[in-house]
Amino acid sequence: MDEFIATFFNVEVIRAASPILLQGLWMTLLLVLVAVPLGIAGGVLLAVLSVFRHPAVRWPLIAWVDFFRAFPPLVLLVFIYAGLPFAGIEIGAFGCVAIGFFLNTSSYYGEILRAGIESIPRGQVEAARSTGLSAAQTMTWVVLPQAVRNVLPDLVSNTLEVVKLTSIASVVALPELLFQARQAQSVTYNPSPIVAAAIIYFLLLWPFVRLLSRLEHKAVARR
Amino acid sequence: MIRRRTRVAAEPVMTGPAPIVAAPIVAASGIHKHFGALHVLKGVDLAVAERELVFVIGPSGSGKSTLLRCCNRLETPSSGRIIVDGIDLLDRHTDINAVRRRIGMVFQQFNLYPHMTARGNVTLALRKVLGKGRAEADEIADAALARVGLAEKANAYPLELSGGQQQRVAIARAIALEPRVMLFDEPTSALDPELVGGVLAVMRSLREAGMTMVVVSHEMGFARAAADRVVFMDHGLVVEEGPPAQIFGAPEQERTRAFLRQLDH
Ligand SMILES: Nc1ncnc2c1ncn2[C@@H]1O[C@H](COP(=O)(O)OP(=O)(O)O)[C@@H](O)[C@H]1O
Ligand SMILES: [Mg+2]
Repeated sequence: MDEFIATFFNVEVIRAASPILLQGLWMTLLLVLVAVPLGIAGGVLLAVLSVFRHPAVRWPLIAWVDFFRAFPPLVLLVFIYAGLPFAGIEIGAFGCVAIGFFLNTSSYYGEILRAGIESIPRGQVEAARSTGLSAAQTMTWVVLPQAVRNVLPDLVSNTLEVVKLTSIASVVALPELLFQARQAQSVTYNPSPIVAAAIIYFLLLWPFVRLLSRLEHKAVARR
Repeated sequence: MIRRRTRVAAEPVMTGPAPIVAAPIVAASGIHKHFGALHVLKGVDLAVAERELVFVIGPSGSGKSTLLRCCNRLETPSSGRIIVDGIDLLDRHTDINAVRRRIGMVFQQFNLYPHMTARGNVTLALRKVLGKGRAEADEIADAALARVGLAEKANAYPLELSGGQQQRVAIARAIALEPRVMLFDEPTSALDPELVGGVLAVMRSLREAGMTMVVVSHEMGFARAAADRVVFMDHGLVVEEGPPAQIFGAPEQERTRAFLRQLDH
């Protein structure tokens, strides 16, 4: 038992690793703070564009969304990281991760928001337009507020997935939480930093899981 | 009874529709509308004079809603001309949003915004389209809600209101913009019978205040009492029109008679 604790919950090791784990945590949080707003902004754009039925908008949009939803995010990230320098673009690991996350998550947010927009009865749009509101004003004040509320559980759930997904940034050597934990592990020859990272991830995400669970209950109760 | 429509002090010898003195508020001519292969309007003319209440009746699918929706360009006619308050609706240079705020529309399904209070429903266009400040918009909205008898419901959400109350909020939303003409598309068809009266009462008070109105409805009693002119449509065409006494009392066309007969059952 002592050996188990010394291996997996080695306080000495964790204490020694804590500065770099903390750095990793900040990087992960920074990544979330960049990736989530970017993804949501891109998602809103994609969802709003999907209102246009014109084939010149519709088909490229479908192709774009399908492509980035089907493309494995890890492969996408490696591809960007390895490929961009060949195109003469140097934006560093963080820039690559930001682009990769934007392409991947905005497609998911976009599909969720599109479903929300489509859940709003057409009659409300017509009523708004009949009072002289423009299409953009109608979207902003009538459709989107309700659409977001209708798909809030899905948005939170997707955000949770995005936060978890930030750990793939470790493959392009971005010093986020998982990367730092592995560094610490390889230096100390002890897996305790990984365990510590796992606990941090859990503590970070658990409140959102609870929130999600409550939102889903409410959504069911509303039906 | 005094004829409300008399605008000239002259002898009220009119028996038919009053002569159109000024340019009509709504002048639709030669309206055709296709939905794909479906020919829904087949050359409809409709002129509505200021302060006139025109009632449009006809079987389901005859094109009444489509005609009404062409009058604020919720549908774009395939061909024809529509002038509303002197503005050509189909001219490419027309700012449609500027025209629409002068054309109120009331829908069968009310179409209130459920995430906003009654007052919020009314103020949205006042603020975003007319650019009024919150205080002024609230004031106008409260006055409009008072006109439809819902002053005390300003803070209620649509789901807390009965269908009749929702429809009255929808009317308030339209009249708050001081439209030149109001279009009603079966405003009472979705209501429980006991709630119809309240909505019709509001419509009557609007009419008494001089609002120009085009009403698609099956409320024949209301048509008899309040309409200046009844237009009977069938299969995308105006079959017959005239004052209510003529259309309901002595229709000339067999199709009109058949429609009215079938309504009685
Ligand atoms: N957006 C649309 N697309 C296709 N067909 C339509 C559309 N709107 C109306 N129609 C068709 O046009 C015809 C006339 O409809 P409508 O104007 O709603 O008639 P009414 O209001 O007199 O019942 C109907 O056959 C209807 O199915
Ligand atoms: Mg209809």
